Amino acid sequence: MSKLIDVSDLNIFYGDFLAVEDVNMTIEPRAVTALIGPSGCGKSTFLRSLNRMHEVIPGARVEGKVVMDGQDLYDKDVDPVSVRQHIGMVFQRPNPFPTMSIYENVAAGVRLNAKRMKKSDLDDLVESSLRGANLWNEVKDRLDKPGMGLSGGQQQRLCIARAIAIRPSVLLMDEPCSALDPISTLAVEDLIGELKNEYTIVIVTHNMQQAARVSDQTGFFNLAGVGKPGKLVEIDSTSTIFSNPSQKATEDYISGRFG
Amino acid sequence: MSTPTRAPERGPGGGGIATGTKRRGDGLFRGTATGAGVLILLVLAAVAVFLVYEALPALSPDAEVDGGSLTAYVGPLLFGTVLAAVIALVVATPVSVGIGLFISHFAPRRAAQGLGYLVDLLAAVPSIVYGIWGIVVLSQWMVPVYAWLTDNLGFIPLFAGPASASGRTILTAGLVLAVMILPIITALARDIFLQTPRLHEEAALALGATRWEMIKYSVIPYGRSGVVSAAMLGLGRALGETMAVALVLSVSNVVTFNLISSTNPSTIAANIALNFPEATGIDTNVLIASGLALFVITFLVNFAARWIVARSGAKA
Repeated sequence: MSKLIDVSDLNIFYGDFLAVEDVNMTIEPRAVTALIGPSGCGKSTFLRSLNRMHEVIPGARVEGKVVMDGQDLYDKDVDPVSVRQHIGMVFQRPNPFPTMSIYENVAAGVRLNAKRMKKSDLDDLVESSLRGANLWNEVKDRLDKPGMGLSGGQQQRLCIARAIAIRPSVLLMDEPCSALDPISTLAVEDLIGELKNEYTIVIVTHNMQQAARVSDQTGFFNLAGVGKPGKLVEIDSTSTIFSNPSQKATEDYISGRFG
Repeated sequence: MSTPTRAPERGPGGGGIATGTKRRGDGLFRGTATGAGVLILLVLAAVAVFLVYEALPALSPDAEVDGGSLTAYVGPLLFGTVLAAVIALVVATPVSVGIGLFISHFAPRRAAQGLGYLVDLLAAVPSIVYGIWGIVVLSQWMVPVYAWLTDNLGFIPLFAGPASASGRTILTAGLVLAVMILPIITALARDIFLQTPRLHEEAALALGATRWEMIKYSVIPYGRSGVVSAAMLGLGRALGETMAVALVLSVSNVVTFNLISSTNPSTIAANIALNFPEATGIDTNVLIASGLALFVITFLVNFAARWIVARSGAKA
């Protein structure tokens, strides 16, 4: 199910403002790709352009190509809704649907995509998704309780369960642990390690140790100054980036000399 | 900072923590706010006391009221009031929610702004103007509609007819009221829809929701309690509206669910407006008693609205 994404000559705009310039990268399947860099360098913006969530902001647009499965996601015949069904997303802050129960939250994506499902099949799907998100044992006795009643870390895993319930090929994570305590962070990181067996994962993180722990390849974004566009400085295997980067800027950043 | 010599002359300073300092601005503000809060209670109490006191003669069992007893007189008025207001609410709420969603989530930004102003402008039109529009324009339009309704849907008691030839029915009055309460519900609904957290909207979009599905999953659940309270505010206004109904409706003191005939119950407020100038003696008291009934009904509606909002708010 997991797929490779090929990004070429991608420029990302907010109105007339060029936010991210000329990104070229290949995102490997069945692997975790981490994106690191200082605040405002465009890594989240880039991530959101991979499943066409960028364009929900008024005036936001993209030039260039994002190819998955031989299909350019920005081809004018492509429906962004269908892109998002194939490329799931987990956000910075957990965002379960506040009025829905745990069960309904997980089932939401399937119901949205208008697939008719037997109750028993849906039950199985909810269970397997919650198991996939390492949450089943904690919530199996209270599936009908509101999702908002869970702790922050549990909510975030609920959101991951919700995202994987629609069986996407790719999972994008935008700083998924930044609102979580260390123990919940560990739970989510363990989960990422398991999920990469099935999904292509792209994770944006501010935490370099996290990138080093969970990812197989790491991309470093940087920007020349305020008001200048962000750029992909380099992307390589995580061990290379953290031990022997080819760019000086990368070395400065990971060794904590700036950023 | 351990530089006590530079402490200013006024205010706490000069060493140690000051005690018993009075901050005048603080006290003034608290006094004003408390005063405003107490004032509204006093006004409300004064209105209630006035209504009860003036209604007392009519409330005594041996009071002479045209139409027999007080309940036989006020009952149909109360019924007409609630009926007209409910018609208005049923018509206006879906339309308002639709306009609110269109402005907040569908219209291009500039068109949305213009439309928003236009809706706000509707709220500023005096009710007498709506009344004239209702009697001159809307009731004429509705005559053929009512005829059609009786002919084709006459088996539904609501449209049993015979259709009014003037179009001045309780349904027309309800529709005029709907137009009048539309702006207030729309404005509140729009504001609450605009406040939907981006995070909730993106949660739905990222799952592959279309625009409408995103609204169904994020915006509407978030705005539900707000829409309910907006509708209740609208209902409150519809219950108390006077001139438009007084102009439009051709009345007789009946209780009927037939919405399109020429015999219609009047509403309390309209009835007071029409009869008060000529009323003397006990009739005045009777009218005020009906006003007391309206007061109670409005109070109950607002109370119910609060309760609904609090209940659904706790769930969210």
